[in-house]
Amino acid sequence: MRKYSLNIAFAVGCLLIVAGAQAGLFNLYVQSVILFMGINIILSSSLNLVNGNMGEFSCGHAAFMCVGAYVSSIVTVLLFAQNKILGAPLLPPDLAPFFFPIAIIVGGVVAALVGILVAVPSFKTRGDYLAIITIAVNYMVISGIENLDIVGGPRGFMGMKQVVYAMSDVVDIPWMMIWTLLGTAFTLWILRRYISSTYGKGVNAICQDEIAAEIMSVNTNKIKLVTFMLSSGLAGIAGGLFAHVIGYVNPQSFNILKSTECLVMVYLGGMGSLSGSVLSAVLFTLMLEALRPLQIIKWVIIPLILVLLMQFRPEGIMGNKELSDVFPKLRRYFTFK
Amino acid sequence: MSLLKIDEMTQRFGGLQAVSKFEIELQGGELVGLIGPNGAGKTTIFNLVSGFYQPTEGGISFNGSNTAGLKPHQVTSMGIARTFQNIRLWHDMTVMDNIRIAQHYRKGYSVFDAFLRTKKYRDSEKRIENIAWEMLEAMDLKEFAHELPKNLPYGLQRRVEIARAMSIKPKLLLLDEPAAGLNSADVEGLIKLVRWIHDNFDITIWMIEHQMKVVMSLCQYIKCIDFGATIAEGTPEQIQNDPTVIKAYLGDDTI
Ligand SMILES: Nc1ncnc2c1ncn2[C@@H]1O[C@H](COP(=O)(O)OP(=O)(O)OP(=O)(O)O)[C@@H](O)[C@H]1O
Ligand SMILES: [Mg+2]
Repeated sequence: MRKYSLNIAFAVGCLLIVAGAQAGLFNLYVQSVILFMGINIILSSSLNLVNGNMGEFSCGHAAFMCVGAYVSSIVTVLLFAQNKILGAPLLPPDLAPFFFPIAIIVGGVVAALVGILVAVPSFKTRGDYLAIITIAVNYMVISGIENLDIVGGPRGFMGMKQVVYAMSDVVDIPWMMIWTLLGTAFTLWILRRYISSTYGKGVNAICQDEIAAEIMSVNTNKIKLVTFMLSSGLAGIAGGLFAHVIGYVNPQSFNILKSTECLVMVYLGGMGSLSGSVLSAVLFTLMLEALRPLQIIKWVIIPLILVLLMQFRPEGIMGNKELSDVFPKLRRYFTFK
Repeated sequence: MSLLKIDEMTQRFGGLQAVSKFEIELQGGELVGLIGPNGAGKTTIFNLVSGFYQPTEGGISFNGSNTAGLKPHQVTSMGIARTFQNIRLWHDMTVMDNIRIAQHYRKGYSVFDAFLRTKKYRDSEKRIENIAWEMLEAMDLKEFAHELPKNLPYGLQRRVEIARAMSIKPKLLLLDEPAAGLNSADVEGLIKLVRWIHDNFDITIWMIEHQMKVVMSLCQYIKCIDFGATIAEGTPEQIQNDPTVIKAYLGDDTI
Protein backbone atom coordinates (compact mmCIF):
# COMPACT_ATOMS: atom_id res chain seq x y z
CA MET A 1 0.00 0.00 0.00
CA ARG A 2 2.74 2.40 1.06
CA LYS A 3 4.42 1.68 -2.23
CA TYR A 4 1.51 3.04 -4.21
CA SER A 5 0.14 5.68 -1.86
CA LEU A 6 2.04 8.56 -3.45
CA ASN A 7 0.90 7.55 -6.92
CA ILE A 8 -2.67 7.15 -5.75
CA ALA A 9 -2.67 10.51 -4.00
CA PHE A 10 -1.27 12.10 -7.14
CA ALA A 11 -3.84 10.40 -9.36
CA VAL A 12 -6.72 11.43 -7.10
CA GLY A 13 -5.45 15.00 -7.07
CA CYS A 14 -5.29 15.05 -10.86
CA LEU A 15 -8.73 13.55 -11.21
CA LEU A 16 -10.15 16.16 -8.86
CA ILE A 17 -8.56 18.93 -10.90
CA VAL A 18 -9.90 17.54 -14.18
CA ALA A 19 -13.34 16.98 -12.68
CA GLY A 20 -13.31 20.49 -11.23
CA ALA A 21 -12.35 21.94 -14.59
CA GLN A 22 -15.05 19.93 -16.33
CA ALA A 23 -17.70 20.98 -13.84
CA GLY A 24 -16.68 24.61 -14.25
CA LEU A 25 -15.52 24.96 -10.66
CA PHE A 26 -12.45 26.90 -11.75
CA ASN A 27 -12.60 29.58 -14.34
CA LEU A 28 -10.33 29.62 -17.37
CA TYR A 29 -7.77 31.77 -15.61
CA VAL A 30 -7.34 29.36 -12.71
CA GLN A 31 -7.17 26.52 -15.20
CA SER A 32 -4.42 28.22 -17.14
CA VAL A 33 -2.44 28.77 -13.94
CA ILE A 34 -2.70 25.05 -13.18
CA LEU A 35 -1.59 24.24 -16.72
CA PHE A 36 1.47 26.44 -16.36
CA MET A 37 2.26 24.84 -13.03
CA GLY A 38 2.31 21.45 -14.69
CA ILE A 39 4.52 22.66 -17.51
CA ASN A 40 6.84 24.39 -15.08
CA ILE A 41 7.10 21.25 -12.95
CA ILE A 42 8.25 19.33 -16.02
CA LEU A 43 10.76 22.04 -16.88
CA SER A 44 12.24 22.44 -13.42
CA SER A 45 12.44 18.76 -12.57
CA SER A 46 14.00 17.85 -15.91
CA LEU A 47 16.56 20.64 -15.67
CA ASN A 48 17.26 19.61 -12.10
CA LEU A 49 18.41 16.23 -13.37
CA VAL A 50 21.28 17.92 -15.20
CA ASN A 51 22.03 20.88 -12.95
CA GLY A 52 21.19 19.34 -9.61
CA ASN A 53 21.89 15.64 -9.89
CA MET A 54 24.67 15.70 -12.44
CA GLY A 55 26.18 19.01 -11.34
CA GLU A 56 26.55 20.42 -14.83
CA PHE A 57 25.41 23.94 -15.51
CA SER A 58 22.97 23.90 -18.39
CA CYS A 59 21.53 27.31 -19.11
CA GLY A 60 19.81 26.63 -22.41
CA HIS A 61 16.94 24.44 -21.32
CA ALA A 62 14.44 26.47 -23.35
CA ALA A 63 16.17 25.31 -26.54
CA PHE A 64 14.84 21.80 -26.06
CA MET A 65 11.45 23.12 -25.07
CA CYS A 66 11.47 25.06 -28.32
CA VAL A 67 12.29 21.99 -30.40
CA GLY A 68 9.55 19.99 -28.73
CA ALA A 69 7.06 22.82 -29.15
CA TYR A 70 7.73 23.26 -32.85
CA VAL A 71 7.98 19.59 -33.76
CA SER A 72 4.81 18.52 -31.99
CA SER A 73 2.93 21.58 -33.26
CA ILE A 74 3.97 20.88 -36.83
CA VAL A 75 2.84 17.28 -36.49
CA THR A 76 -0.55 18.10 -35.01
CA VAL A 77 -1.21 21.01 -37.35
CA LEU A 78 -0.18 18.93 -40.34
CA LEU A 79 -2.54 16.18 -39.27
CA PHE A 80 -5.53 18.04 -37.91
CA ALA A 81 -5.56 21.70 -38.88
CA GLN A 82 -5.87 23.86 -41.93
CA ASN A 83 -2.63 25.68 -42.52
CA LYS A 84 -1.53 28.06 -45.26
CA ILE A 85 1.71 26.26 -45.94
CA LEU A 86 1.14 22.76 -44.67
CA GLY A 87 -2.26 22.57 -46.37
CA ALA A 88 -5.45 20.77 -45.42
CA PRO A 89 -5.59 18.35 -42.47
CA LEU A 90 -4.37 14.89 -43.42
CA LEU A 91 -6.52 12.98 -40.96
CA PRO A 92 -10.15 13.31 -39.89
CA PRO A 93 -10.42 15.41 -36.69
CA ASP A 94 -11.95 12.48 -34.78
CA LEU A 95 -8.51 10.97 -34.47
CA ALA A 96 -7.01 14.02 -32.79
CA PRO A 97 -7.23 12.71 -29.21
CA PHE A 98 -5.32 9.57 -30.22
CA PHE A 99 -2.61 11.24 -32.19
CA PHE A 100 -2.07 14.16 -29.85
CA PRO A 101 0.02 12.26 -27.28
CA ILE A 102 2.00 10.67 -30.10
CA ALA A 103 2.79 14.11 -31.49
CA ILE A 104 3.93 15.28 -28.05
CA ILE A 105 6.17 12.25 -27.70
CA VAL A 106 7.61 12.79 -31.18
CA GLY A 107 8.44 16.34 -30.08
CA GLY A 108 10.12 14.95 -26.97
CA VAL A 109 12.14 12.44 -28.97
CA VAL A 110 13.40 15.06 -31.42
CA ALA A 111 14.28 17.35 -28.50
CA ALA A 112 16.20 14.45 -26.93
CA LEU A 113 18.12 14.03 -30.17
CA VAL A 114 18.97 17.73 -30.16
CA GLY A 115 20.15 17.14 -26.59
CA ILE A 116 23.02 15.14 -28.08
CA LEU A 117 24.40 18.50 -29.22
CA VAL A 118 25.13 19.26 -25.59
CA ALA A 119 25.82 15.71 -24.42
CA VAL A 120 28.70 15.03 -26.77
CA PRO A 121 30.73 18.13 -25.85
CA SER A 122 30.10 17.26 -22.19
CA PHE A 123 32.31 14.18 -22.55
CA LYS A 124 35.33 16.44 -22.61
CA THR A 125 34.08 19.74 -21.25
CA ARG A 126 32.77 20.66 -17.85
CA GLY A 127 31.59 23.62 -15.85
CA ASP A 128 31.75 27.09 -17.36
CA TYR A 129 32.75 25.87 -20.79
CA LEU A 130 29.83 23.51 -21.03
CA ALA A 131 27.53 26.27 -19.78
CA ILE A 132 28.65 28.38 -22.73
CA ILE A 133 27.91 25.51 -25.09
CA THR A 134 24.37 25.24 -23.72
CA ILE A 135 23.82 28.95 -24.27
CA ALA A 136 25.15 28.53 -27.81
CA VAL A 137 22.72 25.68 -28.45
CA ASN A 138 19.88 27.86 -27.19
CA TYR A 139 20.83 30.57 -29.69
CA MET A 140 21.39 28.09 -32.50
CA VAL A 141 17.94 26.59 -32.12
CA ILE A 142 16.19 29.96 -31.94
CA SER A 143 18.06 31.47 -34.88
CA GLY A 144 17.61 28.28 -36.85
CA ILE A 145 13.85 28.48 -36.49
CA GLU A 146 13.77 32.22 -37.09
CA ASN A 147 15.31 31.48 -40.45
CA LEU A 148 12.87 28.72 -41.32
CA ASP A 149 10.14 30.43 -43.29
CA ILE A 150 8.06 27.29 -43.62
CA VAL A 151 7.22 27.47 -39.91
CA GLY A 152 6.70 31.21 -39.93
CA GLY A 153 10.22 32.32 -39.08
CA PRO A 154 10.35 35.04 -36.44
CA ARG A 155 6.59 35.60 -36.78
CA GLY A 156 5.89 32.28 -35.15
CA PHE A 157 3.68 29.34 -35.86
CA MET A 158 0.01 28.86 -35.09
CA GLY A 159 -2.96 26.62 -35.66
CA MET A 160 -2.65 24.54 -32.52
CA LYS A 161 -5.91 25.96 -31.16
CA GLN A 162 -7.68 24.22 -34.04
CA VAL A 163 -6.17 20.95 -32.93
CA VAL A 164 -7.39 21.48 -29.37
CA TYR A 165 -10.87 22.35 -30.73
CA ALA A 166 -10.78 19.19 -32.82
CA MET A 167 -10.22 17.17 -29.66
CA SER A 168 -13.02 18.98 -27.85
CA ASP A 169 -15.34 18.28 -30.75
CA VAL A 170 -14.84 14.56 -30.23
CA VAL A 171 -15.53 14.65 -26.50
CA ASP A 172 -15.95 17.90 -24.65
CA ILE A 173 -13.59 17.45 -21.74
CA PRO A 174 -10.66 19.66 -20.67
CA TRP A 175 -8.17 17.90 -22.91
CA MET A 176 -5.18 20.13 -22.34
CA MET A 177 -5.61 19.78 -18.60
CA ILE A 178 -5.61 16.02 -18.97
CA TRP A 179 -2.58 15.92 -21.23
CA THR A 180 -0.61 18.35 -19.10
CA LEU A 181 -1.31 16.45 -15.91
CA LEU A 182 -0.39 13.20 -17.66
CA GLY A 183 2.82 14.78 -18.95
CA THR A 184 3.68 15.96 -15.46
CA ALA A 185 2.95 12.56 -13.97
CA PHE A 186 4.99 10.86 -16.67
CA THR A 187 7.94 13.17 -16.03
CA LEU A 188 7.95 12.68 -12.28
CA TRP A 189 7.44 8.95 -12.67
CA ILE A 190 10.30 8.51 -15.09
CA LEU A 191 12.68 10.79 -13.16
CA ARG A 192 11.95 9.12 -9.87
CA ARG A 193 12.64 5.72 -11.35
CA TYR A 194 15.78 6.90 -13.06
CA ILE A 195 17.43 8.56 -10.10
CA SER A 196 16.58 5.84 -7.63
CA SER A 197 18.08 3.06 -9.77
CA THR A 198 21.72 2.06 -9.53
CA TYR A 199 21.96 3.20 -13.15
CA GLY A 200 20.77 6.68 -12.31
CA LYS A 201 22.78 6.96 -9.13
CA GLY A 202 25.75 7.04 -11.47
CA VAL A 203 24.56 10.57 -12.28
CA ASN A 204 25.16 11.68 -8.70
CA ALA A 205 28.48 9.86 -8.68
CA ILE A 206 29.54 11.93 -11.69
CA CYS A 207 28.50 15.07 -9.86
CA GLN A 208 30.41 14.27 -6.71
CA ASP A 209 33.57 12.81 -8.25
CA GLU A 210 33.65 12.05 -11.92
CA ILE A 211 37.08 10.42 -11.85
CA ALA A 212 36.07 8.09 -9.05
CA ALA A 213 32.92 7.24 -11.00
CA GLU A 214 34.83 6.31 -14.13
CA ILE A 215 37.38 4.27 -12.17
CA MET A 216 34.59 2.50 -10.30
CA SER A 217 33.22 1.11 -13.57
CA VAL A 218 30.62 3.78 -14.32
CA ASN A 219 30.51 4.49 -18.05
CA THR A 220 30.43 8.23 -17.51
CA ASN A 221 30.04 9.18 -21.16
CA LYS A 222 27.05 6.96 -21.60
CA ILE A 223 25.43 8.22 -18.42
CA LYS A 224 25.96 11.81 -19.56
CA LEU A 225 24.42 11.03 -22.92
CA VAL A 226 21.40 9.31 -21.41
CA THR A 227 20.94 12.03 -18.79
CA PHE A 228 21.16 14.94 -21.21
CA MET A 229 18.82 13.20 -23.62
CA LEU A 230 16.32 12.39 -20.90
CA SER A 231 16.41 15.93 -19.58
CA SER A 232 16.04 17.56 -22.98
CA GLY A 233 13.41 15.05 -24.07
CA LEU A 234 11.25 15.94 -21.09
CA ALA A 235 11.78 19.63 -21.79
CA GLY A 236 10.56 18.88 -25.32
CA ILE A 237 7.39 17.39 -23.89
CA ALA A 238 6.90 20.51 -21.79
CA GLY A 239 7.37 22.57 -24.94
CA GLY A 240 4.77 20.56 -26.87
CA LEU A 241 2.24 21.02 -24.11
CA PHE A 242 3.08 24.71 -23.79
CA ALA A 243 2.55 25.27 -27.52
CA HIS A 244 -0.89 23.68 -27.43
CA VAL A 245 -1.93 25.44 -24.26
CA ILE A 246 -1.01 28.83 -25.69
CA GLY A 247 -2.06 27.92 -29.21
CA TYR A 248 0.78 29.88 -30.72
CA VAL A 249 4.57 29.79 -30.53
CA ASN A 250 7.34 32.05 -31.70
CA PRO A 251 11.07 31.49 -31.35
CA GLN A 252 11.55 34.35 -28.92
CA SER A 253 9.30 32.72 -26.34
CA PHE A 254 12.12 30.21 -25.88
CA ASN A 255 15.01 32.62 -25.54
CA ILE A 256 17.53 32.82 -22.77
CA LEU A 257 14.98 34.49 -20.51
CA LYS A 258 12.87 31.34 -20.55
CA SER A 259 15.97 29.26 -19.80
CA THR A 260 16.66 31.57 -16.90
CA GLU A 261 13.17 30.98 -15.54
CA CYS A 262 13.93 27.27 -15.53
CA LEU A 263 17.18 27.91 -13.69
CA VAL A 264 15.46 30.07 -11.11
CA MET A 265 13.02 27.27 -10.38
CA VAL A 266 15.81 24.73 -9.96
CA TYR A 267 17.77 26.91 -7.57
CA LEU A 268 14.67 27.95 -5.71
CA GLY A 269 13.71 24.33 -5.13
CA GLY A 270 17.10 22.97 -4.25
CA MET A 271 19.72 21.19 -6.31
CA GLY A 272 19.00 17.55 -6.86
CA SER A 273 15.72 17.54 -4.97
CA LEU A 274 12.82 16.28 -7.03
CA SER A 275 10.22 17.36 -4.49
CA GLY A 276 11.99 20.71 -4.28
CA SER A 277 11.60 21.16 -8.03
CA VAL A 278 7.90 20.44 -7.85
CA LEU A 279 7.41 22.78 -4.94
CA SER A 280 9.41 25.58 -6.51
CA ALA A 281 7.63 25.25 -9.86
CA VAL A 282 4.29 25.64 -8.09
CA LEU A 283 5.51 28.60 -6.05
CA PHE A 284 7.20 30.23 -9.02
CA THR A 285 4.07 29.99 -11.15
CA LEU A 286 1.99 31.53 -8.40
CA MET A 287 4.59 34.23 -7.90
CA LEU A 288 4.60 35.12 -11.60
CA GLU A 289 0.84 35.44 -11.50
CA ALA A 290 0.88 37.50 -8.31
CA LEU A 291 3.42 39.85 -9.85
CA ARG A 292 1.63 40.10 -13.18
CA PRO A 293 0.04 43.49 -12.38
CA LEU A 294 3.54 44.90 -12.00
CA GLN A 295 4.17 44.03 -15.65
CA ILE A 296 7.75 44.72 -16.66
CA ILE A 297 8.81 45.46 -13.07
CA LYS A 298 8.28 41.76 -12.52
CA TRP A 299 11.67 41.26 -14.12
CA VAL A 300 13.23 43.42 -11.47
CA ILE A 301 11.54 41.60 -8.62
CA ILE A 302 12.20 38.04 -9.75
CA PRO A 303 15.96 38.44 -10.16
CA LEU A 304 15.96 40.27 -6.85
CA ILE A 305 14.35 37.25 -5.23
CA LEU A 306 17.10 35.14 -6.78
CA VAL A 307 19.77 37.43 -5.36
CA LEU A 308 18.22 37.26 -1.90
CA LEU A 309 17.89 33.50 -2.18
CA MET A 310 21.55 33.09 -3.07
CA GLN A 311 22.48 35.35 -0.16
CA PHE A 312 20.37 33.83 2.55
CA ARG A 313 19.52 30.32 1.48
CA PRO A 314 21.82 29.29 -1.33
CA GLU A 315 20.76 25.66 -1.05
CA GLY A 316 17.17 26.52 -2.05
CA ILE A 317 13.97 25.52 -0.31
CA MET A 318 14.80 21.87 0.06
CA GLY A 319 18.60 21.78 -0.15
CA ASN A 320 19.50 18.49 -1.72
CA LYS A 321 16.94 16.70 0.39
CA GLU A 322 13.61 15.21 -0.53
CA LEU A 323 10.40 15.93 1.33
CA SER A 324 10.66 12.50 2.93
CA ASP A 325 14.11 13.37 4.34
CA VAL A 326 12.87 16.60 5.86
CA PHE A 327 9.75 15.01 7.29
CA PRO A 328 10.74 11.39 7.94
CA LYS A 329 7.25 10.72 9.21
CA LEU A 330 6.05 10.97 5.64
CA ARG A 331 7.89 7.72 4.95
CA ARG A 332 5.15 5.96 6.82
CA TYR A 333 2.79 6.98 4.09
CA PHE A 334 4.86 6.65 0.96
CA THR A 335 8.18 5.45 -0.35
CA PHE A 336 10.55 7.25 -2.63
CA LYS A 337 11.28 4.41 -5.00
CA MET B 1 49.97 -16.75 -18.39
CA SER B 2 50.63 -13.88 -16.05
CA LEU B 3 47.83 -11.80 -14.57
CA LEU B 4 49.40 -8.42 -15.19
CA LYS B 5 52.35 -7.76 -17.44
CA ILE B 6 53.79 -4.31 -17.94
CA ASP B 7 56.38 -3.97 -20.66
CA GLU B 8 58.86 -1.12 -20.77
CA MET B 9 56.17 1.39 -19.94
CA THR B 10 57.13 5.05 -20.17
CA GLN B 11 55.01 8.07 -19.39
CA ARG B 12 55.98 11.61 -20.19
CA PHE B 13 54.17 14.75 -19.12
CA GLY B 14 55.63 17.36 -21.44
CA GLY B 15 59.32 17.35 -20.63
CA LEU B 16 58.90 15.38 -17.42
CA GLN B 17 59.51 11.65 -17.57
CA ALA B 18 57.26 10.50 -14.74
CA VAL B 19 57.70 6.80 -15.46
CA SER B 20 60.51 5.32 -17.47
CA LYS B 21 60.73 1.79 -18.82
CA PHE B 22 58.80 0.33 -15.94
CA GLU B 23 58.37 -3.42 -15.98
CA ILE B 24 56.52 -5.83 -13.76
CA GLU B 25 54.91 -9.22 -14.09
CA LEU B 26 52.39 -10.45 -11.56
CA GLN B 27 51.47 -14.11 -11.68
CA GLY B 28 48.35 -13.93 -9.55
CA GLY B 29 47.90 -14.39 -5.82
CA GLU B 30 50.83 -12.22 -4.82
CA LEU B 31 50.99 -9.25 -2.51
CA VAL B 32 53.46 -6.85 -4.01
CA GLY B 33 54.67 -3.46 -2.88
CA LEU B 34 55.71 -0.37 -4.77
CA ILE B 35 57.76 2.17 -2.89
CA GLY B 36 59.73 5.25 -3.70
CA PRO B 37 60.19 8.83 -2.50
CA ASN B 38 57.62 11.56 -3.14
CA GLY B 39 57.09 12.33 -6.78
CA ALA B 40 58.79 9.11 -7.86
CA GLY B 41 55.93 8.23 -10.21
CA LYS B 42 54.11 5.58 -8.19
CA THR B 43 50.61 7.00 -8.50
CA THR B 44 51.26 7.62 -12.18
CA ILE B 45 51.93 3.90 -12.63
CA PHE B 46 48.58 3.09 -11.02
CA ASN B 47 46.89 5.70 -13.17
CA LEU B 48 48.37 4.04 -16.22
CA VAL B 49 47.29 0.57 -15.14
CA SER B 50 43.75 1.71 -14.42
CA GLY B 51 43.48 3.29 -17.86
CA PHE B 52 43.43 6.84 -16.66
CA TYR B 53 46.38 7.71 -18.89
CA GLN B 54 47.57 5.95 -21.99
CA PRO B 55 51.29 5.18 -21.71
CA THR B 56 53.57 7.21 -23.98
CA GLU B 57 55.46 4.00 -24.72
CA GLY B 58 55.13 0.38 -23.80
CA GLY B 59 52.09 -1.71 -23.06
CA ILE B 60 50.05 -3.26 -20.31
CA SER B 61 48.36 -6.58 -20.63
CA PHE B 62 45.92 -7.96 -18.14
CA ASN B 63 44.91 -11.60 -18.22
CA GLY B 64 46.53 -11.86 -21.62
CA SER B 65 44.71 -8.99 -23.28
CA ASN B 66 46.16 -5.61 -24.03
CA THR B 67 44.50 -2.75 -22.22
CA ALA B 68 45.69 -0.05 -24.63
CA GLY B 69 42.92 2.29 -25.68
CA LEU B 70 40.48 1.07 -23.04
CA LYS B 71 38.62 3.56 -20.90
CA PRO B 72 39.05 3.31 -17.12
CA HIS B 73 35.56 1.86 -16.65
CA GLN B 74 36.38 -0.87 -19.15
CA VAL B 75 39.65 -1.68 -17.44
CA THR B 76 37.82 -1.88 -14.13
CA SER B 77 35.22 -4.23 -15.52
CA MET B 78 38.05 -6.54 -16.61
CA GLY B 79 38.84 -6.94 -12.91
CA ILE B 80 41.20 -4.19 -11.81
CA ALA B 81 39.94 -2.12 -8.89
CA ARG B 82 41.76 0.57 -7.00
CA THR B 83 41.69 3.02 -4.16
CA PHE B 84 43.09 6.53 -4.17
CA GLN B 85 45.84 8.24 -2.29
CA ASN B 86 43.39 10.92 -1.17
CA ILE B 87 40.18 9.10 -0.41
CA ARG B 88 37.72 9.60 -3.26
CA LEU B 89 34.39 8.42 -1.97
CA TRP B 90 31.16 10.02 -3.08
CA HIS B 91 30.74 11.89 0.15
CA ASP B 92 27.13 12.90 -0.19
CA MET B 93 25.82 9.44 -0.85
CA THR B 94 25.42 6.72 1.74
CA VAL B 95 28.04 4.03 2.17
CA MET B 96 25.53 1.60 0.71
CA ASP B 97 25.06 3.71 -2.42
CA ASN B 98 28.82 4.07 -2.78
CA ILE B 99 29.09 0.32 -2.93
CA ARG B 100 26.09 -0.11 -5.20
CA ILE B 101 27.38 2.34 -7.78
CA ALA B 102 30.70 0.54 -7.97
CA GLN B 103 28.82 -2.37 -9.48
CA HIS B 104 27.70 -0.43 -12.49
CA TYR B 105 29.49 -2.71 -14.90
CA ARG B 106 27.53 -5.75 -13.84
CA LYS B 107 24.11 -4.14 -13.77
CA GLY B 108 23.25 -5.78 -17.09
CA TYR B 109 20.08 -3.81 -17.70
CA SER B 110 19.35 -0.85 -19.93
CA VAL B 111 17.89 2.48 -18.93
CA PHE B 112 14.51 1.34 -20.28
CA ASP B 113 14.54 -1.57 -17.87
CA ALA B 114 15.05 1.00 -15.12
CA PHE B 115 12.06 3.04 -16.36
CA LEU B 116 9.80 0.04 -16.66
CA ARG B 117 11.16 -1.81 -13.61
CA THR B 118 11.30 -5.02 -15.62
CA LYS B 119 12.13 -8.36 -14.11
CA LYS B 120 15.67 -8.01 -15.40
CA TYR B 121 15.95 -4.70 -13.53
CA ARG B 122 14.54 -6.06 -10.31
CA ASP B 123 16.71 -9.18 -10.38
CA SER B 124 19.81 -7.17 -11.11
CA GLU B 125 19.12 -4.60 -8.39
CA LYS B 126 18.48 -7.42 -5.95
CA ARG B 127 21.78 -9.03 -6.89
CA ILE B 128 23.64 -5.75 -6.59
CA GLU B 129 22.14 -5.12 -3.21
CA ASN B 130 22.99 -8.60 -1.98
CA ILE B 131 26.58 -8.26 -3.08
CA ALA B 132 26.75 -4.87 -1.39
CA TRP B 133 25.42 -6.24 1.89
CA GLU B 134 27.77 -9.20 1.72
CA MET B 135 30.72 -6.89 1.23
CA LEU B 136 29.63 -4.56 4.04
CA GLU B 137 29.20 -7.55 6.30
CA ALA B 138 32.59 -8.99 5.37
CA MET B 139 34.28 -5.65 5.92
CA ASP B 140 32.53 -5.09 9.20
CA LEU B 141 30.81 -1.98 7.89
CA LYS B 142 27.21 -3.08 8.08
CA GLU B 143 26.26 -0.65 10.83
CA PHE B 144 27.47 2.27 8.70
CA ALA B 145 25.51 1.33 5.59
CA HIS B 146 23.23 4.35 5.81
CA GLU B 147 25.82 6.87 6.96
CA LEU B 148 27.41 9.45 4.71
CA PRO B 149 31.14 8.80 4.33
CA LYS B 150 31.96 12.41 5.15
CA ASN B 151 30.59 11.84 8.65
CA LEU B 152 32.81 8.83 9.29
CA PRO B 153 36.28 8.92 10.86
CA TYR B 154 39.16 8.78 8.43
CA GLY B 155 40.08 5.19 9.24
CA LEU B 156 36.58 4.02 8.43
CA GLN B 157 36.53 6.02 5.22
CA ARG B 158 39.61 4.08 4.12
CA ARG B 159 37.83 0.85 4.91
CA VAL B 160 34.76 1.94 2.96
CA GLU B 161 36.94 2.80 0.00
CA ILE B 162 38.57 -0.61 0.10
CA ALA B 163 35.14 -2.24 0.45
CA ARG B 164 33.93 -0.29 -2.55
CA ALA B 165 36.87 -1.50 -4.62
CA MET B 166 36.38 -5.06 -3.38
CA SER B 167 32.70 -5.06 -4.31
CA ILE B 168 33.86 -4.96 -7.92
CA LYS B 169 35.22 -8.47 -7.19
CA PRO B 170 38.52 -7.63 -8.79
CA LYS B 171 41.30 -10.02 -9.65
CA LEU B 172 43.81 -7.25 -9.06
CA LEU B 173 43.45 -4.70 -6.30
CA LEU B 174 45.59 -1.57 -6.42
CA LEU B 175 45.96 0.25 -3.12
CA ASP B 176 47.49 3.71 -3.29
CA GLU B 177 48.96 4.53 0.11
CA PRO B 178 46.17 2.97 2.16
CA ALA B 179 47.89 3.83 5.43
CA ALA B 180 48.35 7.51 4.66
CA GLY B 181 46.78 9.67 7.32
CA LEU B 182 45.90 6.80 9.64
CA ASN B 183 46.80 6.69 13.33
CA SER B 184 48.83 3.77 14.59
CA ALA B 185 45.84 1.76 15.80
CA ASP B 186 44.17 2.17 12.41
CA VAL B 187 47.40 1.14 10.70
CA GLU B 188 47.35 -2.11 12.64
CA GLY B 189 43.74 -2.62 11.59
CA LEU B 190 44.62 -1.90 7.99
CA ILE B 191 47.47 -4.44 7.98
CA LYS B 192 45.07 -7.07 9.32
CA LEU B 193 42.42 -6.11 6.80
CA VAL B 194 44.72 -6.31 3.79
CA ARG B 195 46.10 -9.63 4.96
CA TRP B 196 42.60 -10.92 5.54
CA ILE B 197 41.50 -9.85 2.05
CA HIS B 198 44.56 -11.49 0.54
CA ASP B 199 43.92 -14.73 2.40
CA ASN B 200 40.20 -14.92 1.82
CA PHE B 201 39.71 -13.79 -1.74
CA ASP B 202 41.21 -15.04 -4.94
CA ILE B 203 43.04 -11.81 -5.45
CA THR B 204 46.36 -10.18 -6.24
CA ILE B 205 47.18 -7.04 -4.31
CA TRP B 206 49.62 -4.40 -5.44
CA MET B 207 50.13 -1.59 -2.99
CA ILE B 208 51.96 1.71 -2.85
CA GLU B 209 52.98 2.58 0.66
CA HIS B 210 55.31 4.96 2.40
CA GLN B 211 55.10 3.41 5.84
CA MET B 212 57.82 0.80 5.88
CA LYS B 213 56.14 -1.09 8.66
CA VAL B 214 53.13 -1.76 6.46
CA VAL B 215 55.08 -2.75 3.37
CA MET B 216 57.57 -4.86 5.25
CA SER B 217 54.96 -6.81 7.14
CA LEU B 218 52.62 -7.40 4.19
CA CYS B 219 54.49 -7.61 0.93
CA GLN B 220 56.26 -10.64 -0.42
CA TYR B 221 58.05 -8.69 -3.06
CA ILE B 222 58.82 -4.99 -3.37
CA LYS B 223 59.79 -2.73 -6.20
CA CYS B 224 61.39 0.59 -5.45
CA ILE B 225 61.37 3.42 -7.96
CA ASP B 226 62.88 6.87 -8.05
CA PHE B 227 62.41 9.50 -10.77
CA GLY B 228 60.28 7.00 -12.64
CA ALA B 229 62.97 4.37 -12.92
CA THR B 230 63.24 1.13 -11.00
CA ILE B 231 66.20 1.32 -8.65
CA ALA B 232 65.75 -1.87 -6.66
CA GLU B 233 63.53 -4.88 -6.27
CA GLY B 234 63.41 -7.92 -4.07
CA THR B 235 62.12 -9.30 -0.80
CA PRO B 236 61.50 -6.94 2.11
CA GLU B 237 64.87 -7.88 3.66
CA GLN B 238 66.75 -7.25 0.45
CA ILE B 239 65.06 -3.88 -0.03
CA GLN B 240 65.61 -2.81 3.55
CA ASN B 241 69.33 -3.30 3.24
CA ASP B 242 69.76 -2.05 -0.29
CA PRO B 243 72.09 0.97 -0.31
CA THR B 244 70.43 2.54 -3.38
CA VAL B 245 67.05 2.46 -1.64
CA ILE B 246 68.48 3.98 1.49
CA LYS B 247 70.16 6.65 -0.60
CA ALA B 248 66.94 7.45 -2.50
CA TYR B 249 65.03 7.87 0.73
CA LEU B 250 67.64 9.62 2.82
CA GLY B 251 69.23 11.66 0.08
CA ASP B 252 72.71 11.48 -1.32
CA ASP B 253 75.11 13.09 1.15
CA THR B 254 77.96 13.24 -1.32
CA ILE B 255 76.29 16.21 -3.00
N1 LIG C 1 48.81 14.76 -14.99
C1 LIG C 1 50.08 15.16 -14.77
N2 LIG C 1 50.61 16.15 -15.51
C2 LIG C 1 51.88 16.56 -15.29
N3 LIG C 1 52.70 16.04 -14.38
C3 LIG C 1 52.24 15.04 -13.60
C4 LIG C 1 50.89 14.56 -13.76
N4 LIG C 1 50.70 13.56 -12.87
C5 LIG C 1 51.85 13.44 -12.19
N5 LIG C 1 52.77 14.32 -12.63
C6 LIG C 1 54.15 14.44 -12.14
O1 LIG C 1 54.75 13.17 -12.22
C7 LIG C 1 55.61 12.95 -11.12
C8 LIG C 1 55.21 11.67 -10.42
O2 LIG C 1 54.00 11.89 -9.73
P1 LIG C 1 53.26 10.77 -8.91
O3 LIG C 1 52.00 11.36 -8.40
O4 LIG C 1 53.16 9.55 -9.71
O5 LIG C 1 54.26 10.55 -7.71
P2 LIG C 1 54.13 9.57 -6.47
O6 LIG C 1 55.28 8.65 -6.54
O7 LIG C 1 52.79 8.99 -6.38
O8 LIG C 1 54.40 10.59 -5.28
P3 LIG C 1 53.72 10.66 -3.83
O9 LIG C 1 54.48 9.75 -2.96
O10 LIG C 1 53.90 12.08 -3.45
O11 LIG C 1 52.29 10.28 -3.98
C9 LIG C 1 55.51 14.17 -10.25
O12 LIG C 1 56.61 14.99 -10.51
C10 LIG C 1 54.23 14.82 -10.68
O13 LIG C 1 54.30 16.22 -10.51
MG1 LIG D 1 51.19 9.09 -5.15
